[in-house]
Amino acid sequence: MSERWNAITERAKSHILILDGAMGTMLQRQSLEEEDFRGDRFADWALPLKGDNDLLSLTKPEAVAKVHDAYLEAGADLIETNSFNATAISQADYGLQDHAGEIAAAAAKVARQCADEWTRKTPDKPRAVLGSIGPLNKTLSISPKVEDPGFRDVTFDEVKETYRGQIDAMFDNVDALLIETIFDTLNAKAAILAAQEAFDAHGEEKPILISGTITDRSGRTLSGQTPEAFWLSVKHAKPFAIGLNCALGADEMRPHIVAISKAADCRILAFPNAGLPNAFGEYDQTPDEMQAQLKPWAEEGYVNILGGCCGTTPDHIRAIAKAVEATKPHMPPQITPTLRLSGLEPFQIAVNA
Amino acid sequence: MSQAASSQFVNIGERTNVAGSAKFKKLIVDGRFEDALSVARQQVENGAQIIDVNMDDGLIDGVEAMTTFLQRMAGEPDIARVPVMIDSSKWEVIEAGLKCVQGKAVVNSISLKEGEAQFLEQARKLKAYGAATVIMAFDEEGQAETAEHKFAICERAYNLLVEKIDFPPEDIIFDPNIFAVATGIEEHNDYAVAFFEACRRIKANLPHARISGGLSNVSFSFRGNEPVREAMHSVFLYHAIPAGLDMAIVNAGQLTIYDDIPEELREAVEDVILNRRDDATDRLLAIADKYRGEGGAKARQQDTKWREQPVEKRLEHALVHGITDYIVDDTEEARQKAERPLHVIEGPLMDGMNVVGDLFGAGKMFLPQVVKSARVMKAAVAHLLPYLEAEKEESGQAGKSNGTVLMATVKGDVHDIGKNIVGVVLQCNGYDVIDLGVMVPAEKILQEANDNKVDMIGLSGLITPSLDEMVDVAKEMQRRQMSIPLLIGGATTSSTHTAVKIEPAYDNDAVVYVTDASRAVGVVGQLLGEQKAGYVSRVREENAKARAAHLDAQGKKERLTLKEARDNAAKLDFETYTPPAPTFTGIRNFVDYDLATLREAIDWTPFFATWEMKSRYPAILDSADYGPAARDLFRDANEMLDQMVAENWVEARAVIGFWPARKDGADDIAVFENDARQDRIATFHGLRQQIQKRGNKRPNYCLSDFVSPDEDWIGGFCVTAGLGEEVRSKAFITANDDYNNILFKALCDRLAEAFAEHMHQRVRREFWGYAPDETLSNEELIGEKYRGIRPAPGYPSQPDHTEKATLFSLLNATEEAGVTLTQSFAMHPASSVSGLYFSHPDSVYFGVGKIEKDQVEDYARRKKMDLADMERWLAPILNYDR
Repeated sequence: MSERWNAITERAKSHILILDGAMGTMLQRQSLEEEDFRGDRFADWALPLKGDNDLLSLTKPEAVAKVHDAYLEAGADLIETNSFNATAISQADYGLQDHAGEIAAAAAKVARQCADEWTRKTPDKPRAVLGSIGPLNKTLSISPKVEDPGFRDVTFDEVKETYRGQIDAMFDNVDALLIETIFDTLNAKAAILAAQEAFDAHGEEKPILISGTITDRSGRTLSGQTPEAFWLSVKHAKPFAIGLNCALGADEMRPHIVAISKAADCRILAFPNAGLPNAFGEYDQTPDEMQAQLKPWAEEGYVNILGGCCGTTPDHIRAIAKAVEATKPHMPPQITPTLRLSGLEPFQIAVNA
Repeated sequence: MSQAASSQFVNIGERTNVAGSAKFKKLIVDGRFEDALSVARQQVENGAQIIDVNMDDGLIDGVEAMTTFLQRMAGEPDIARVPVMIDSSKWEVIEAGLKCVQGKAVVNSISLKEGEAQFLEQARKLKAYGAATVIMAFDEEGQAETAEHKFAICERAYNLLVEKIDFPPEDIIFDPNIFAVATGIEEHNDYAVAFFEACRRIKANLPHARISGGLSNVSFSFRGNEPVREAMHSVFLYHAIPAGLDMAIVNAGQLTIYDDIPEELREAVEDVILNRRDDATDRLLAIADKYRGEGGAKARQQDTKWREQPVEKRLEHALVHGITDYIVDDTEEARQKAERPLHVIEGPLMDGMNVVGDLFGAGKMFLPQVVKSARVMKAAVAHLLPYLEAEKEESGQAGKSNGTVLMATVKGDVHDIGKNIVGVVLQCNGYDVIDLGVMVPAEKILQEANDNKVDMIGLSGLITPSLDEMVDVAKEMQRRQMSIPLLIGGATTSSTHTAVKIEPAYDNDAVVYVTDASRAVGVVGQLLGEQKAGYVSRVREENAKARAAHLDAQGKKERLTLKEARDNAAKLDFETYTPPAPTFTGIRNFVDYDLATLREAIDWTPFFATWEMKSRYPAILDSADYGPAARDLFRDANEMLDQMVAENWVEARAVIGFWPARKDGADDIAVFENDARQDRIATFHGLRQQIQKRGNKRPNYCLSDFVSPDEDWIGGFCVTAGLGEEVRSKAFITANDDYNNILFKALCDRLAEAFAEHMHQRVRREFWGYAPDETLSNEELIGEKYRGIRPAPGYPSQPDHTEKATLFSLLNATEEAGVTLTQSFAMHPASSVSGLYFSHPDSVYFGVGKIEKDQVEDYARRKKMDLADMERWLAPILNYDR
């Protein structure tokens, strides 16, 4: 475990750690055009590239650095690499599957530089980089064909390999891995396996943070699991923190975070959206509204790491950081060991008294 | 602390196993996966808690079939709900399976057969996939047959896994090999006994590990004779479960009840399983043929004269008399006569229900009868529903309802008989009821209320922590700016608590305390009627009065300081009195207790009270007003009991224990490992009355007063009559049969209470043995005319529910009796009773009453709990505001 991460672990004992906010939202605000995405490197690429935000780490790193800096300035302890879709499977949408590794490596490098600079500036508040591992545009538990529920357009091994490529590319410049926006737990399990294989290959273990997505008010992931079943499915990763992000605003996410915080014996993280999208698909929850919803969670002791997902900005993060500045972090409960399994729902056999 | 857990024996569905089911194998070979899935679905519906999937067959490509089946299953939420057991002897099939399940699965199985290296390699992979695993008692030498060898392999595997690769011990499940007995080969005779012994040793020595097995092997030599095989399975489980078997691959629907096995057959099977005599196999063979192919059913004669009337009258008759036999046919006949299906409801059915309502209102019908009527109504409506839906689709019209009430028993509480009754009564009066069941978190209650736009919420609870939960729900309603009425009911609630604690938390709409089911209709009607405003302000006035009265009363009741109360403690004679020693110390459990015996000990008066018929049994049967209804109810109850006993609908289990003890300080009781009274294993904390006792000079009691400061003992018990209750209750709910559901639960409750009484008697006579000659009639028992008491945590003599944790851990009650505690310390199943035993002749029941802060502080310190936490648990008895 890195020196830097030790410092973060130490800080986590007394503080709620602050994670950054949305990358996409902030890149959009820079009004980047097709040529910005292409850069010199892909000037002649056959497919349109505008919208491939991950590619910017390679072709316009200063745009990405600007976002990282803004979040670090706002008080983020942890920043996520701009690598949500930097995998061979997801980059295939742009024909860039063979460049996925380069893109992921570039994302890790930009984030590393920004974080290190801020650690130098504020040595009493060390900053760390989380390698962001997104959910992929293909999923292992759900058929893309309505008429053929047993069909899959990707295999477990392919998913594992694509994640392994991403992790290897980022490995040297990230302090920990964040498997996030998980709407299919099986994809996440492949990512966990990929991470473990990477640790073996590199001879170094890095902490894993895991964040699922409860897609709507059903209180389930897209693949149908309850929050507790989700936790049981991934707890073998022995994560540094487990939690939820995306899809919901803070208010809607709250009961599910509470549920996980009671079931999981590890730190709890949450980075909700800035409310629910309005009729135009935009997020209009203000920083003040968001912090007002999140503050009670912290005060009631449910979380260790707070940040933002879709629609959040450095102002949101600043407001959240300020709101929980003096609040004590969640103390994970002691969970009695007993056989616990899960399908879509948790199953537990009686505890030996 | 114990936590809510799905206790009891775990059934693993075996029908999706090509090795075990020819039908399933054929479906897979033919590629009929849709049909194969319905086999899995049936298993889950029949109560399988884990689904075993096995594709090991020469005709089947295992990897392919496992992958396809599990991927298809992932798209079926009603099956994928439960965990999967990936069952194969081929590693590549197991790994293929692991790549298809998002949940945490169990693998069945790996073993030391090919040596340590391969075993550890596979286990490492399982750990990386996040799976639990079954480990066969199989090593380089072969499958273990003796208890010693079985255990030796398991121990070796356990140590390798835990020490070498840090495999979580709670993810280990051993399969110590169930082999066929009664094969004619002498060496096989001891196989079952060896299995039991291995189970005991695994449980005693390998912490957190679990035990599983494939049950059908044991009866392999009786292929073709299902009754004998089932009897063998049943007897095997009867002995294996207490030995430590946690789960088995079984066809749950086909298990015979142990007590149902004919005596002769059971005896013979038991001889075989337990290897009790050399000629056991021959003797079983000799009688086996007699039992091949059994069956039978009985019918009942009924008065059918009313059947000759016109259909409207027949419907009315059926509703008033609660007869479901012909309701579907009659409803169909009425539907065909009517212009629209809705007219059947609005016409004859509502007319019939109005008759019921009138009779009920006039006191000529009673709750049990009304609930039966509702069952008939539900069956009729269920029949009409498809037609109503079809019509709605055509016309776009929706049916009308008087209003919708959402009901729930709050989080941490499992009691719902009263709530179910209220639900039925409301439905009878034309309200839609959404019943969320028991242990419902606030979030879900409010979300459902919102989504369904209900007109009001009704909360129910029976144990004291539910009071706080209700306050939380009210607060959350306020925070969410909801504005619908909140109704409060249940045994623990009161008008005072509602007024003092709940109403102040929620002021957007009315908060109404509802005393019983018969009041519910009036309250709901008022709240939905035009005069609502006036009604709400009257409720608020009453609540305000209750608050004022509460404040007033608080000021007046003088309390002693804790020190003063202790100075006035009960001083029992321990100088000349020698506490009796129990016949054993430690715990003893009783499984599958004879229900017929318990039935004899039922106290019927509270049973009738459940149905809001408050009069003493047996006089109630002849009372002028309740008589006929009471007799009907009593007959139904006894018929159901007949069936419950004959078919073992529920299992009664108990665990009791005695431990050396002594009074500890003023208010606690120290519990010791052995008679030396040096190794303390637990402490029971007591609460002392602080009420000022004027004039009569009665002592200020605490339970610790009844235990000697020198050499004494204390006992504890936990009994349940609710194992299997949920499954049966669900079946009634699915069948829209509220009447039998409520009746059944009320009977389970009574059986549990009877069990507690019965066990206490045995304790006095046999186990503690201080009253060997006691002969008391059932009435005298109910009147508590005996020596010694059995107070329960959460009840007046010790109102602190958290003490149950100590009791449960001493008794190992979850393992021994199958009873778990929820986070609010409610016992689950709900039909359970636990408590302490005190033997001193002068020990008496008392109520602690309200206590002062000085005691709460002292008590919290003794229990090493936060003051705020402690105050939360003791909220109902605090004599001050937190």
